[in-house]
Amino acid sequence: MTGVVVAVGVIAAGLALDWRLGVLLAFWLGGWLLNAGLTSRPAPGRLVRYLVPAVFGLALLALWEMAVGLFHISPVILPPPSAIGARFATSLPTLWADFRQTFVKGALSGYLIGCATAFVTAIAIDRSPFLQRGLLPVGNFMAALPIIGIAPILVMWFGFDWQSKAAVVVVMVFFPVLVNTVAGLAATDQMQRDLMATYSASYWQTLIKLRLPAAMPFVFNGLKIATTLALIGAIVAEFFGSPIVGMGFRITAEVGRLGLDMVWAEIAVAALAGSAFYGLVALIERGVTFWHPSQRH
Amino acid sequence: MKAVLPVASVLAVIVAFWYVAAVWLNAPWVYDQATRAGSEVSFADLLPLTLAQDRPVLPAPHQVAAELLKSTLGLAVSSKKSLIYHGWVTVSATLLGFALGSVLGLGLAVGIVHNRAMDLSVMPWAIASQTVPILAIAPMIIVVLNSMGVQGLIPKAIISAFLCFFPVLVGMVKGLRSPDQMQLDLLATYNASPAQAFWKLRLPASMPYLFTSLKVGIAAAMVGAIVGELPTGAVAGLGARLLSGSYYGQTVQIWAALFAAALVAASLVALVGVIERTTLRRMGMAR
Repeated sequence: MTGVVVAVGVIAAGLALDWRLGVLLAFWLGGWLLNAGLTSRPAPGRLVRYLVPAVFGLALLALWEMAVGLFHISPVILPPPSAIGARFATSLPTLWADFRQTFVKGALSGYLIGCATAFVTAIAIDRSPFLQRGLLPVGNFMAALPIIGIAPILVMWFGFDWQSKAAVVVVMVFFPVLVNTVAGLAATDQMQRDLMATYSASYWQTLIKLRLPAAMPFVFNGLKIATTLALIGAIVAEFFGSPIVGMGFRITAEVGRLGLDMVWAEIAVAALAGSAFYGLVALIERGVTFWHPSQRH
Repeated sequence: MKAVLPVASVLAVIVAFWYVAAVWLNAPWVYDQATRAGSEVSFADLLPLTLAQDRPVLPAPHQVAAELLKSTLGLAVSSKKSLIYHGWVTVSATLLGFALGSVLGLGLAVGIVHNRAMDLSVMPWAIASQTVPILAIAPMIIVVLNSMGVQGLIPKAIISAFLCFFPVLVGMVKGLRSPDQMQLDLLATYNASPAQAFWKLRLPASMPYLFTSLKVGIAAAMVGAIVGELPTGAVAGLGARLLSGSYYGQTVQIWAALFAAALVAASLVALVGVIERTTLRRMGMAR
């Protein structure tokens, strides 16, 4: 019960400083106690597992709304979630056009090309230990670099439209997928490969029946990392020049006009698209690597 | 040392490929100039003309190297054209953001490991926050903080911190949970408090995880600092060099800034690696 005493103390201190701060703190601690109560039982059920993060997220949104209202924060600095929601609902056509330009044309096409190229490259260098020893350190090095810096160059080469965004995405997703696929192709142990050899399996048979399936958890790890990179690459590349449609363009333009509710609406779209994209890849992963321990609950 | 020959040959192939690409991409401009002047260009003339342009489509490696040398060693450090000056602006934002992000990630990780309510409520949102392209929020963070009177280093550092807290959080949650049940039980038989278990077992056991995630984190922080310099049309920093280079078509300048960024990022990661090796050796955990 010391927790409750501390909580009451903190709320009292907040009230003494500023009643609005006290109200916010009381709300926060109330939500917290609800969550603590929900998780206090030893084995939380499935419902609780979904309920607890939902309570946390809703409490954050409500706090945001209350803070903006109570402290009279100007909508130019931080619009309340309700205003963002209203803006989202009224400008659906614009948001949809931006989404198509940036996500479908730029990020998705770049993601597919980049991942396919990386996958094929990994298989191509698979037979040559020399190339692997040479390319892997370079690939690891490149994966750690601020690759987003090539965006201005690619925009200069491929023009302002979605092609340059796709090119940035291709370069950004290439190295993580390459490094993960090569690591995955090395994931089978000698015993398993020997077994294939005793079946007199050819290189390609071993690859398709043993090594590629075994590599899939690694490949999907790379593919999942690449989903976030793809969206970031497509949006940031638009900062360097774009047609008058697109999420990155809209963000920079609306920031300039101080239309922050629109900016937040775009961010909501980006968050939804990013989460859905990640979720989709994770779902495919669950189907493909159903045998892996991490997928068996 | 077995890797030196393969890496060197891969690099040599890349440089050779780059030269070919430079000739190929820059040739149209040379031919265009020649037709305007009414003269013919032979292939022997083409090579020097494509590799020494002022604003090439793709600058040749030696041009980039020369620009890099000139703008690091050839100029006073205080000069507005010196890459050391711009690099320092970016590095200071990177380091501040890295410090903020690591502390945030560490704090959240400690909370998540010790509090079940926090584990269940914070972790899903931390993961969800990474599917949001945080870099997209960069312009807004900068403009909003600017209107509140916060300028310069802090907004960039906040973006860096946002990008680098997540790898640290995930790595440390894993690291702090890495001691096995046997070891935790041993401490329980000693009647150790959770704080003692944390300082004497969990924290030391998490060190290898900590450094691995710090390396990822500092690279991410660098990306954050560079992108943080883009939207406001910043005047200083490697990102600002990229932006002004792209506005004025100074391709050599873009490539030099890009390579400077790559070198800085690589040396920051290497620095964390050195600290890692020293610490692990002194703790007797060196592999």
